[in-house]
Amino acid sequence: MSQLQELYQEVVLEHTRRPRNFRKLEGATHSARGYNPFCGDNVTLLLKVEGGVVKDVGFQGSGCAISTSSASMMTEGIKGKTVEEAQKLFTAFHGMVTREQGADFDAELLGDLEILSGVSEFPTRVKCATLAWHALQAALTGRMDAVSTE
Amino acid sequence: MSSVNGKAIQRATPKVTQAFDPSQVRDDFPILKQVVNGKPLVYLDNAATSQKPQAVLDTLLRYYTTENANIHRGVHTLSALATEDYEGARAKVRRFLNAKEDREIVFVRGTTEGINLVASSYGRRFIGPGDEVIITAMEHHSNIVPWQMLCEEKGATLRVIPMNDDGELLMDEYDKLLSKRTKLVSVVYVSNSLGTINPVREIITKAHSVGAPVLLDGAQSTPHMAVDVQALDCDFYAFSGHKLYGPTGVGVLYGKAALLDAMPPYQGGGDMIKSVTFAKTIYNDLPYKFEAGTPNIAGGIGLGTAVDYVTGIGLERIAAHEDELLVYGTKRLAEIEGLRLIGTAKHKTGILSFTLKDIHPHDIGTVLDQEGIAIRTGHHCTQPVMERFGIPATARASLGMYNTKAEIDALVLGLDKALEVFS
Ligand SMILES: Cc1ncc(COP(=O)(O)O)c(C=O)c1O
Repeated sequence: MSQLQELYQEVVLEHTRRPRNFRKLEGATHSARGYNPFCGDNVTLLLKVEGGVVKDVGFQGSGCAISTSSASMMTEGIKGKTVEEAQKLFTAFHGMVTREQGADFDAELLGDLEILSGVSEFPTRVKCATLAWHALQAALTGRMDAVSTE
Repeated sequence: MSSVNGKAIQRATPKVTQAFDPSQVRDDFPILKQVVNGKPLVYLDNAATSQKPQAVLDTLLRYYTTENANIHRGVHTLSALATEDYEGARAKVRRFLNAKEDREIVFVRGTTEGINLVASSYGRRFIGPGDEVIITAMEHHSNIVPWQMLCEEKGATLRVIPMNDDGELLMDEYDKLLSKRTKLVSVVYVSNSLGTINPVREIITKAHSVGAPVLLDGAQSTPHMAVDVQALDCDFYAFSGHKLYGPTGVGVLYGKAALLDAMPPYQGGGDMIKSVTFAKTIYNDLPYKFEAGTPNIAGGIGLGTAVDYVTGIGLERIAAHEDELLVYGTKRLAEIEGLRLIGTAKHKTGILSFTLKDIHPHDIGTVLDQEGIAIRTGHHCTQPVMERFGIPATARASLGMYNTKAEIDALVLGLDKALEVFS
């Protein structure tokens, strides 16, 4: 597989075309906006957290294939997880896309998200992949302002 | 080459024969031989910054290896040489823009600083509550934000000339905006995101009829067309060296001497003074009044070489070549299904901004990069333009003198590939 095919795998493109949990979530307890001024991508993330568990999640916004699919997969990955688990996932995901060539990452924890591991070969696209994740981090730590990846 | 007193300056004489053949200039640009991601570099991001010919690189190296010294204040030989070359570059720029006098050429960091200088100095002194500044709907952020800051500070109002769907200014609307409240008109000569060449002669005449001076943002016009500031009768003209095949970190603000003379200094410090006591400082003459501190000496001299280089080829010929490429590129891109060209003005330079189906420009950029093709994607520091066209971003191929039809073909193949990946 070429690096390009590895980046834009069919699953990734499928999430871009039909993003999951792409809706305005009613009754959200946490929210944050992520914005990348470099390319104009933006994502608004809404979470319903009850008893320390992410009960539901929705996102809206517009962006490139990488940021949209990453946001979509993230929402699937964190739904039903505890806040602590979600944060661990953030760390693992961040580690995966920013790793040095050939370095290991926690594939077991990341599960389906591993499909985005090809991003690490495209340093200019790491910010696209992490945009929604930074919004997640901001939402969970209660920072209501827009976060920026620049 | 290394003798200091018998200073052998590498002349920038490109070997181009009458009919413009880009292969003749390509050899002058070492970076064009680069291989990127296993493919020969196809550099189509000239509106962001252009590549540098060997003559400019040689100048920088020669300066640092044989005459590096601070200027304007040394008695020693190197300082005299550096000063002579730096001031020589100013004279070259003066001739290049056809300004009347060398003192009308102020070296700055680039277009952005040139505009900020006018906003801070001219604006703060001559613009007050109730006054109006006119810009256009297609300005780069660097010709929006300084005026917003000024207007906010002074209680003045910013007015914007709108444009049509082709990216052409609505001149009737401009007429309506002009009044005795208009204190300055600041417009982009050539749009960096649309390629539109604006009717600046007409804009200037009309502004002058209400007594308002005009600043032209020349960032994108300077590398692609001959500019004569006296024929245009513009009051200020700013451009960046790095887009004109020169070094980064240096640019020029031209201003009519009478205006510059009436303006207060922009920054305080060394070089911009005649004498300093704690009681009173007497400012230096033009242009030094506006050049506080040690400038980008190597950059200025390098810009002089870039001007020689471009003049050696001739901007008319460069423009003719780029026009031909633009026509060809427009035709080739139109053949791609789902491609929408943004910026279809009748008069435009070699800028091809587009969207392709619903593929995000950023993803297009990554696919092309894998083919060794460098384009720019995003809002190009013109967010209001994106908003005007209802899109978040475009992909933009921007042409320079060394680009070829084969490179346009490579771009088209790259876009086919993007269509394939995102089919
Ligand atoms: C039309 C226009 N104006 C201003 C600028 C700012 O130039 P610089 O960043 O060199 O100051 C640019 C550069 O992109 C431009 O294209």
